[in-house]
Amino acid sequence: MSEGIIQPDQPETLEGEGKDLFSKFDDIIALREGLLSSGQEDPFNLVMEKVLSPTRAICNGRETILLGTYNYMGMTFDPDVVEAGKQALADYGTGTTGSRVLNGTYQGHKECEQALKDFYGMDHAMVFSTGYQANLGIISTIAGKGDYIVLDIDSHASIWDGCAMGQAEVVPFKHNDIEAMEKRLKRIPEGAGKLVVLEGVYSMLGDVAPLKEMVAIAKKYGAMVLVDEAHSMGFIGENGRGVVEDTGVMDDVDFIIGTFSKSVGTVGGFCVSNHPKFEIMRLVCRPYVFTASLPPSVVATAEASIRKLMHGSNKRAHLWENSRSLHKGLKDLGFKLGTEEPQSAIIAVIMPDLEQGAQMWEALIQNGLYVNLARPPATPAGMTLLRCSLCAEHSEEEVGEILSIFEQSGRQVGII
Amino acid sequence: MDRAAVDTKIRSLIEPFNKKGVTIEEDTTFQNDLEFDSLTVMDFVAEIEDEFDIIISMNQQAEIETYGQLVDAVTKLQAD
Repeated sequence: MSEGIIQPDQPETLEGEGKDLFSKFDDIIALREGLLSSGQEDPFNLVMEKVLSPTRAICNGRETILLGTYNYMGMTFDPDVVEAGKQALADYGTGTTGSRVLNGTYQGHKECEQALKDFYGMDHAMVFSTGYQANLGIISTIAGKGDYIVLDIDSHASIWDGCAMGQAEVVPFKHNDIEAMEKRLKRIPEGAGKLVVLEGVYSMLGDVAPLKEMVAIAKKYGAMVLVDEAHSMGFIGENGRGVVEDTGVMDDVDFIIGTFSKSVGTVGGFCVSNHPKFEIMRLVCRPYVFTASLPPSVVATAEASIRKLMHGSNKRAHLWENSRSLHKGLKDLGFKLGTEEPQSAIIAVIMPDLEQGAQMWEALIQNGLYVNLARPPATPAGMTLLRCSLCAEHSEEEVGEILSIFEQSGRQVGII
Repeated sequence: MDRAAVDTKIRSLIEPFNKKGVTIEEDTTFQNDLEFDSLTVMDFVAEIEDEFDIIISMNQQAEIETYGQLVDAVTKLQAD
């Protein structure tokens, strides 16, 4: 979980009454109107009028510190990355106007895939038009009718949608519960195909999965393992390969899914794998085939950014410092946090309820700080969260400024 | 285990989840009558799965709306 911070990741069946097909959304419309009628600025309709840097923008006329962008490594304004994009725009035009399997594979797409293979040290890489499509495509294609998918209940919407599209038997287990996962694997009928789907970092609370134990159990029961490393790429692990690298299970994982829209700083998704038959995916994976490929400028910026991230150990170190000082600072101020210790670049601040959460979000934005407001049913256990994602380009002083805005706003709202 | 025995067992398992003390009949629904949310469903299903050593996949859960349907499904699954 989750980018869709006002709806659950797991798909719901909404029931409509009468002839208007929109009547099924009436409850959601009422909820939204209720929130906005209190004079609240709409947390889900913010416009960035100008973007000054990876950490600053003008929002609603105010200069705002960005603390909810997933722009972990701050690559969006990197001069080399921007230059690579400009060059590709000039050399190859604005778009490919075609599918990867027809006229949509340019030199840049192959070079971007080579950069991913080099980054992960894997044999195969496949670039999708979005991260959502990477999960949707790979999961729905490899796990079909009669196969079993065992997955964490807090999985991202793209994982759930991939499960639904492939029509495999879907068996969820309690978040990060190793024993619950093993029990389910043990009961799957003999001979059935098995896929275990995990995430390195879960984006709601910013906690990491116990991948060492989980991957070992999955292998013991003969399951293939797919790990979504969207929120860890470039940051976690010695070479930024993610929680799989950090926990020493790179060689036991069959597929790593990732995105260009977080640490890489553009848009797109990918899957890397050492499976000897992996290349067939290009012909059978519908979300790869039936859509236009990424524009040349996007794959050029992605490639340049990925190659720079390989040498990003100083930035990684600084981002860890930021994460630790924000976590400690917020804890010292008396805020309740999603994890006892900082485990990633996401720090989730737990609000007492939705009303105070919305008030706190508004106080923060008015005092010049943007974070994500996440609320039920998108959040685990009905929590309302202010989710903060740090950037390697946040300076030490900026983290101090962020803490004083939290202190001022928290007192205004009466939470601390 | 026959249907009656499965019914007795599930009745005891459902108790801690039946916070409002709804009287449970064959046609009692989980969503509307018992007001189970997705997390409650997960915990409740896990209890049943552990008790009977079965898997009730989400695909199967989607077909189960009432208490009676659940007892039928579990009776069948644990006999297989």
